[in-house]
Amino acid sequence: MARAILCASAAEAVAGIPDGSVIMVGGFAARDAPSLLVGALVDQGARDLTLICNGPTGRPGMKDTSMLVHNRQVRKVVCSFPVPSTTSGPMTDFEAQYRAGEIQLELAPQGTLAERIRAGGAGIGGFYTPTGVGTPFGEGKEQRTIDGVDYVLEYPLVADYALIRAQTADSMGNLLYRMSSRNFNPIMAMAAKTTIVEVAEVVAAGSLNPEHIVTPGLFVHRIVVRPE
Amino acid sequence: MPKDRLPREVIAMRIAAELKDGDYVNLGIGLPNMVSNYIPPGKQVMFHAENGVVGVGPSPEEGREIPDLFNAGGQPVTLMPGGAIVDHAMSFAIVRGRHLDAAVLGGLQVAENGDLANWIRPDRGVGSIGGAADIARGAKRIFVAMEHTTRDGEFKIVKRCSYPLTATRVVDTIFTDVAVIRVTPQGLVLEEAAPGWTPEEVQALTEPTLTVSPTFKEIQL
Repeated sequence: MARAILCASAAEAVAGIPDGSVIMVGGFAARDAPSLLVGALVDQGARDLTLICNGPTGRPGMKDTSMLVHNRQVRKVVCSFPVPSTTSGPMTDFEAQYRAGEIQLELAPQGTLAERIRAGGAGIGGFYTPTGVGTPFGEGKEQRTIDGVDYVLEYPLVADYALIRAQTADSMGNLLYRMSSRNFNPIMAMAAKTTIVEVAEVVAAGSLNPEHIVTPGLFVHRIVVRPE
Repeated sequence: MPKDRLPREVIAMRIAAELKDGDYVNLGIGLPNMVSNYIPPGKQVMFHAENGVVGVGPSPEEGREIPDLFNAGGQPVTLMPGGAIVDHAMSFAIVRGRHLDAAVLGGLQVAENGDLANWIRPDRGVGSIGGAADIARGAKRIFVAMEHTTRDGEFKIVKRCSYPLTATRVVDTIFTDVAVIRVTPQGLVLEEAAPGWTPEEVQALTEPTLTVSPTFKEIQL
């Protein structure tokens, strides 16, 4: 029996996510977000979430993690890109809530964020990175010099659930991604207790070239097919 | 009589001339990204986008976009022959592991010791670091592309950055609309200036003292 369960709907895929969960959401920007699953979590309504993602930067109406912020389901965001670069256009829900003191932010350099997620999935208890030394991103962190290079200690990130997006799954949950929509998805799949993936298609086990599989199915728990 | 400053395209062309055949290079959003338009024929430079693309190609024609292929600025791009797609942990292993020959980044302030501030304007109160801190620390050479002064005429090349830092002591060369300035252990060296600009005129727009290079010349493309 496959660990991965094929769900009939996105609502079924996100059923049971409790209030207070730590949720990783894949995608680099709004256009490659797992928008089906995020939309289903908005409808499901779990609150008081800690959100780990690249950034809830979608403007109002965009289908990324900003929908969860807009719906006031998020208590804290851990990300590298909390706000759009420019202040032109309407203010995002995140920025408005942050300015009002209604949401917490843990800002992490993007490479540090990625490596913390990878470390979480790989069973690593922490790592030293040169990123952030001597800047606000290194403040308050243990610093060490190794072979003449200064590093700061960073800790792993893990989650209760990862909501990710891939192109193709087989019935064992093995995943292929399409072009740059791979981004954070493979490492988040490793770092969550329950990984939920939306895909464009599901094929029979054995029909994918095993040497091409990016995420092996042992990391995947629930699959839902995105209606195209 | 204020002198003409170089258009952004010319800054991008000047940086493109600095890149070497065979280099792997990360480009920041905005002006730095324009560098990819000016790589001379016969020189192969592979561009890395931190969202997991190695070998970013030119923009596709409208209607011929490749599904799910974007650069780090979110624009549709193509893939060079020999390009590769990687996940985010590998993308930043490429960065942090010092496998990039250079990166071209924007700047809000650059200090004379090579400190770079480019991620937050303090008056906004919140900013996005994105990949800038890793890239500024990780690429072998950091080229900063920016206007020489702010719109209000304030120094951007300063003795010490007053804005929150992205990385310390990382900048190799500053390319502005007025000059090319190298950061050295002895301080800033004025290598080139825009047509018609004297070293004294560049100095007047620069807070730290500039040493004029013995090979000082007009910016050439």
